[in-house]
Amino acid sequence: MMGQGRLAAWGIGLAALVALPFVYRDPYHLHILVLILIWSFAYTSWSMMGRFGLVSLGHGGFMGIGAYVTALLWNHLGVSPWIGIPVSMVAAGALALIVGYPCFRFRITGHYFVLVTLALSGIVLQVITATRDYTGGSLGYTPNRTSGNKLLALQFDDKTTWYLIALGVWLFGIVVWHWVDRSMSRYALEAISEDEDAAAAAGVDVTAEKLKITLLSALMTALAGAIYCQYQMFITPDTVSGIAVSLQMVFAAIVGGLFVSLGPTFGAVITILLAETLRIGFGTKAVGWDNLVYGVLLVLFIIFLPKGILGSLLDRLKPQPKVPRAHEQEAVQIARPGT
Amino acid sequence: MQAFLDVFDIYLLEAVINGILLGGVLALLALGLNLIFGVIDVTWICYAELVMIGMYAMYFMVQYYGVSYFVAAPFTILLVAILGAALHYLVIAPLLTAPPINQLLATGGVLFVLQSFATVAFGIDFRNLGIRLPVLALGDMNFSYARLLSFLAALVGMVAVYLFMTRTFTGTAIRAISQDRQIMALMGVDTKRIYLITSALGGALAGLAACLLVLQYDVHPFVGLSFGPITFLICVLGGLGNFIGGFIAAFVFAEIISLGGLFSDLEWGYVLAFAFFIVMMFIRPAGLLARRR
Repeated sequence: MMGQGRLAAWGIGLAALVALPFVYRDPYHLHILVLILIWSFAYTSWSMMGRFGLVSLGHGGFMGIGAYVTALLWNHLGVSPWIGIPVSMVAAGALALIVGYPCFRFRITGHYFVLVTLALSGIVLQVITATRDYTGGSLGYTPNRTSGNKLLALQFDDKTTWYLIALGVWLFGIVVWHWVDRSMSRYALEAISEDEDAAAAAGVDVTAEKLKITLLSALMTALAGAIYCQYQMFITPDTVSGIAVSLQMVFAAIVGGLFVSLGPTFGAVITILLAETLRIGFGTKAVGWDNLVYGVLLVLFIIFLPKGILGSLLDRLKPQPKVPRAHEQEAVQIARPGT
Repeated sequence: MQAFLDVFDIYLLEAVINGILLGGVLALLALGLNLIFGVIDVTWICYAELVMIGMYAMYFMVQYYGVSYFVAAPFTILLVAILGAALHYLVIAPLLTAPPINQLLATGGVLFVLQSFATVAFGIDFRNLGIRLPVLALGDMNFSYARLLSFLAALVGMVAVYLFMTRTFTGTAIRAISQDRQIMALMGVDTKRIYLITSALGGALAGLAACLLVLQYDVHPFVGLSFGPITFLICVLGGLGNFIGGFIAAFVFAEIISLGGLFSDLEWGYVLAFAFFIVMMFIRPAGLLARRR
């Protein structure tokens, strides 16, 4: 439960974030902040599933659908992103249900789930590349600049506007995270992640609970893709979809910490700052170095700090009286019904 | 009309045979991954990247140092085998008791490392071996020798692994461990050593695949992404750890890609293969040859 002090801290932090672009106007730094916020939102969406042991490598696919459907509808049919974004989210959600339902119904978990979702992001990437007459293939795609109403086209030249939009979307992600965290579904999903059969025996509708969180996560990821597309005005299959993007989400969420609400955000801050620092420090020589550092860090983190930086820090700062969840600390034995 | 049909049939036959040839290499890749999974219970997401490193090794040995192809090949196989053992020793061994997802993600990290290492060290240029093997014309059909050679070498490699697994003591120990991890340690088998040998063997198969793929494809740091995902799908479709299932699934996939590519672009062949995979997951979730429980 949120205490009075925490609420006040959140309020002050938010006020500072909203006020920032009006005080500080350096376009490069604002650009980095917008990117951090958008990717934080995407990583948060991923971790909504990831924290319950549903590791998906298909989120690159959802993000790609969000970005490409919005842009294609705008360019080919002239549909405003205000309609295009919900349509793209529905498309991603439908795909999530089509793939998710059989997966959960037939108990495809662990390695198998990861590899099925991997196939999903593979399909989306290949379809985008194969329909190059419409999507521009691997060369990328640019939504047409509008000559009319900028609000209708959701295209702004002003970084401040984008910063506020991204902040709003990010905040929405955090709120949803907390909403899930406090819902009954969280307990159901935690039970499922520990032992599906036991959870089902205790009356949890395993398939429905997993589908709900998958749908939510896919919808939010598609939104992230669409916002990214509208902000950057240039998308390629490699930057918004495919396995590399999926792995990037996993990586950032794990580095930051899966089990705390600001963990993925923290991961985004670290990864994007790292990439930018390397890019500026090394110039064009840096191509590849950022990923090299990412990869080494990912391996080290999984071996030594599986709860992520923020998660581990919070643990150290205040030893919590509550019993740790079993999937966070494997040393803890949980009592199972009937044993 | 008759003439049209004849041409069509020839192309169809050619695509079918090319599919079989492609299937050989895919089956080899799937065998390596299945071996690792069956014995150590770990999926190497970075498997295709090991192949990529092997392809670079071939490229540099043959192009820069003028080593003959057939001399370079054993070195490449040895190199990738050592890489495989190192991967196990450095990354998998500390995580053996961790949740399976963590092992999978750690090898995902290795994927990043290998890819970006290749980018940093070799640049992003496409490179090829510069060996152009002749094309075999059979009636009206054309087959490249590179594909035929790959197919045959892949078959030889698979038979060699089969003999190793069934005829040697170590091979028997590997099969035994894949059946029961705990008991074999009690029976006096050094599981750590067996894991290391299996990883090296998996690496060696990746190395062999690298020697064969480098004949057909250009090398670049992201080449792993073009056949990595398909290898995982083959393994899952065949049932992870199931060697025969993986073998069959490799040929099924290769035919879908080859025939799908015949009627449209090659990408659509891949899309078809991926879609087929997802549909099959619903029909046979535990793989083509799943044992009924």
